[in-house]
Amino acid sequence: MARYFTDEHEWIDVDGDTATIGITDYAQGQLGDIVFVELPGSGTALSKGGDAAVVESVKAASDVYAPIDGEVTEANEALEDDPALVNTAPESDGWFFRMTVGDKSQLDGLMDEAAYKSFCDGL
Amino acid sequence: MRYLPLTDTDRSDMLEKVGAADIDALFSDVPEEARLSGPIEGLPMHASEMAVEKHMRRLSKKNLAASDAAFFLGAGAYKHHIPASVDHIIQRGEFLTAYTPYQPEIAQGTLQMLFEFQTQVARLYGCAVANASMYDGSTACWEAVAMAGRVARGKKRKVVLSGALHPHYAEVVRTMAKFTEDEIAGAPPSLAAKPDDDGLIARIDENTSCVVVQYPDILGRLPDLARIAEAAHEKGALLIAVNTEPVALGAIKSPGELGADIVVGEGQAIGVGLQFGGPYLGLFAVRDEKHVRMMPGRLCGETADAEGKRGFVLTLSTREQHIRREKATSNICTNSGLCALAFSVHMTLLGEKGLRRMAMENHRLACLAADRLAKVPGVRLLNDSFFNEFTIRLGMDARKIVRALADKGVLAGVSLGRLFPDNPELADGLLVAVTETTSEEDIETLASALEGELA
Amino acid sequence: MNAPNASGWKPGTPVEGHNAMSGPDTATGNRALMLEEPLIFEIGHAETTGVDLPEPQGGANRLGGFDRAETIGLPGLSEPETVRHYTRLSRQNYAIDLGLFPLGSCTMKHNPRLNEKVARMPGFADVHPLQPVDTVRGALEVINELAHWLIDLTGMHGVAMSPKAGAHGELCGILCIRAALEARGDAREVILVPESAHGTNPATAAFAGYKVEDIPATPAGRVDLEALKARLGPDVAGVMITNPNTCGLFEPDMKAISDAVHEAGGFVYCDGANFNAIVGKVRPGDLGVDAMHINLHKTFSTPHGGGGPGSGPVVLSEALAPYGPLPFTARDGDGVVHLVEEENAAEFDHTKAFGRMTAFHGQMGMFTRALAYMLSHGADGLKQVAEDAVLNANYVLRSLEDVLEAPFGHSGPCMHEALFSDKGFAEGLSTLDLAKALIDEGYHPMTMYFPLVVHGAMLVEPTETESKAALDQFIMALRSVAERAKSGDESLKTAPHYAPRRRLDETQAARKPILAWNDPDMA
Repeated sequence: MARYFTDEHEWIDVDGDTATIGITDYAQGQLGDIVFVELPGSGTALSKGGDAAVVESVKAASDVYAPIDGEVTEANEALEDDPALVNTAPESDGWFFRMTVGDKSQLDGLMDEAAYKSFCDGL
Repeated sequence: MRYLPLTDTDRSDMLEKVGAADIDALFSDVPEEARLSGPIEGLPMHASEMAVEKHMRRLSKKNLAASDAAFFLGAGAYKHHIPASVDHIIQRGEFLTAYTPYQPEIAQGTLQMLFEFQTQVARLYGCAVANASMYDGSTACWEAVAMAGRVARGKKRKVVLSGALHPHYAEVVRTMAKFTEDEIAGAPPSLAAKPDDDGLIARIDENTSCVVVQYPDILGRLPDLARIAEAAHEKGALLIAVNTEPVALGAIKSPGELGADIVVGEGQAIGVGLQFGGPYLGLFAVRDEKHVRMMPGRLCGETADAEGKRGFVLTLSTREQHIRREKATSNICTNSGLCALAFSVHMTLLGEKGLRRMAMENHRLACLAADRLAKVPGVRLLNDSFFNEFTIRLGMDARKIVRALADKGVLAGVSLGRLFPDNPELADGLLVAVTETTSEEDIETLASALEGELA
Repeated sequence: MNAPNASGWKPGTPVEGHNAMSGPDTATGNRALMLEEPLIFEIGHAETTGVDLPEPQGGANRLGGFDRAETIGLPGLSEPETVRHYTRLSRQNYAIDLGLFPLGSCTMKHNPRLNEKVARMPGFADVHPLQPVDTVRGALEVINELAHWLIDLTGMHGVAMSPKAGAHGELCGILCIRAALEARGDAREVILVPESAHGTNPATAAFAGYKVEDIPATPAGRVDLEALKARLGPDVAGVMITNPNTCGLFEPDMKAISDAVHEAGGFVYCDGANFNAIVGKVRPGDLGVDAMHINLHKTFSTPHGGGGPGSGPVVLSEALAPYGPLPFTARDGDGVVHLVEEENAAEFDHTKAFGRMTAFHGQMGMFTRALAYMLSHGADGLKQVAEDAVLNANYVLRSLEDVLEAPFGHSGPCMHEALFSDKGFAEGLSTLDLAKALIDEGYHPMTMYFPLVVHGAMLVEPTETESKAALDQFIMALRSVAERAKSGDESLKTAPHYAPRRRLDETQAARKPILAWNDPDMA
């Protein structure tokens, strides 16, 4: 399984034809206490760069963009009751949604862990 | 000038401190040609408190105050008795001259009041959550339509309006919808004893985001909300119930109880005077908590402070314009805080017992008036059902009668010709509202004046 | 006998070592005049009422079978309990009547009580919006007279009086622009908004169906005219500009901006939130503005009331005036004021109105107050209002710029508000901490974190109704907390210490919203 990162601070785990998407530890640190996550319903068709989810802290709301084309297969229902999971476990239990991988070539432009780390260091 | 504390000495000391030669030096960014050299021409100079009061009193005297006439107007604004303590409380400087409670540590007074207000409105409407107010009933109605569009995620674009929705509310919805892509399906009201629920239901289809129904309706009748709700839900549409007379809800079932998804209305009747149309108080509530994040306007919520004491804050503000900017649920910012206070104080004074008594007294007098007016030769009562407002037909243009009676000091009601100028078939209708402020003598005055005019 | 001020103490003198809040716990949780107040749901009863109404007599029932049987759940209080409940609540609020209220761009000035008295005259307070017009001529005259003041003060052509607040007025102005463009068959899609704009601007433009694009700012905090010109084109419906802008600065290129926008076929919307700085001194009409809302609750001192009601009439240029919404008033040749609604719009040659923004005629209760305010000041007094407001803000700016960074202080005078940043604060201390410490000093904080273009922004608008002594004390207080923020005083992080509540947990409030009272025994 490979993990990719975007410059919008999302991570993508690709397992065969399915990708799991969340926001990075760096992103949750910038946002502060997460109070709500609005997730796309199963079956929603996403296109790369389009709005996919919204993550809210007390004083800010940030859009989460689809990193690739595909269709949503599952949203993380645990976030409904416990949005704090995004703060405590951003890159594991705090995942946002799963989607199909429409076009694998779109993954090529994304960062790996090392590249993302140096990207954050430069901010 | 009595409102300006700076003295000329202060001004020159302060100019020196800021390093400006004169006051105009502080306006140096304003291009020379746009700067006015003296006071704007054609406007009067300052005036004493006594002189201003005199001028305003002269203008005030040119109006016929509702309390000085036999008064029967309603149609979205109602005359009720407001206890003296309501006005006393809203004039306390700590409420009157406070800002929106963005600093909760020093705004608990306003915040706790809003929390109480939200709860009162939610219970009155039979809903889970009410917001901290909108501008008025008509704008709240449009906001509900816009919210229904968001709930449908823009996939349903048709808005079905009951023909018996207040025509000004319908006009506000049509005006706003011109600039979105919503299709507004309205219908002319029918002058029948019962509302046309079947006709309304027949217009709901799969593309309908919401159905908007007034309860009691503009002619005073009571539509069968439960049936309409069922029909709307079957097609995946929301039912928006609009109430313009909250006192009615002390007597009749709440819209939430009957299945309305969003309940909006005008709160003016409780605690807020007639004031020639504003400021009024928009009420907005949702029956199901799941819709809270789609709501417009401010919401006050309970929390605790650092010492564990209960306190209140404005919350879920990520929906609002100051954070979401172009993605906000509404552009509303300032709302009707002080009118919400007036409503809440009056409702607290009434309590359940007082509200129910007030409602029953309104209904009793309205029944009395309807029966008395129906006995006037040439007058026919339209309604099968009503609360405190009903429609009578006069057999001739009611606008003329209203004007003729006004000359005699009787404010007879609202003519349907005024409300629906494009529907001449309604022109002989007169909408008559009766409240606890109406005396049996007033009813007799109206009846005999009508007898004189129609003879 | 009667030695003057024997202790030598006067308000404003700190007493060493005596924390006013220290002392033993009390049994009630109250602290003398600081009184805790339960909710009406905890002290009221369904059977208690503070209004005498007749007992229901039975008799006719025409409710159509919709009788409300279930308990509603509305507690009642007697009149003495009601007055006490709300009086106790009121004492937990800060207000202009208590002290200086420096909220930038909110214009919290003194609310004259004459205006309250006038608004309550029966001829204004007790008239129905649908009364026959012959019975409300005086009310129509008030609207008309106020409309003419607004037109003369702004140098514009017409005014739409009905919008209910600033944001509603913005929407009205943008809808006029849209109607004017559609009338000439010109569907444009974009509204340009400076990045420093108030959030209502982009929200309004989006609500009216426009795409919103940012206009960049220059390092001097003004609209970048060249960048704006470069973006203008046949797809741009207009710009929304705040002038004076949200950094408290006048846009010196305003006329050039308007000319460029007009040349490109667009319209200029000016957010009038900051009109207080220029009222009676500058007329927006002379700067090429096509539409501007005026917050009567800011510039013309109708009370904010803890969040409204406001009032947002919109003045319109000759090009936009024909599209203004119904209803409005018109004075005929004989001086009689008429109400223009759908049925007589043709008679008054106003058939292009884009529609209706609200059920009735607007915020009459605010019109009477604002008119009384204008008549009191007159043209000369209003000019003095702007001058004193600007002088007070510059006095604050220059008195504090040695301790707080003023990002645009070098570029000349400010208008009616002074902008500072959090530069130089000790690590871990923020604008929020300073603001909360200001609460302990007896002040409402200034506007924070707005405009967004300045880091940790603090926007201070003292208004013209503060005396020099009041400003001096405020400056002293702000200087003191600023110095504590720079020196790393950790006690700022837990401020306020002396308010009715300590910092409130907003995260919990948003994660698990409790938006209505639920009786514990009903749960």
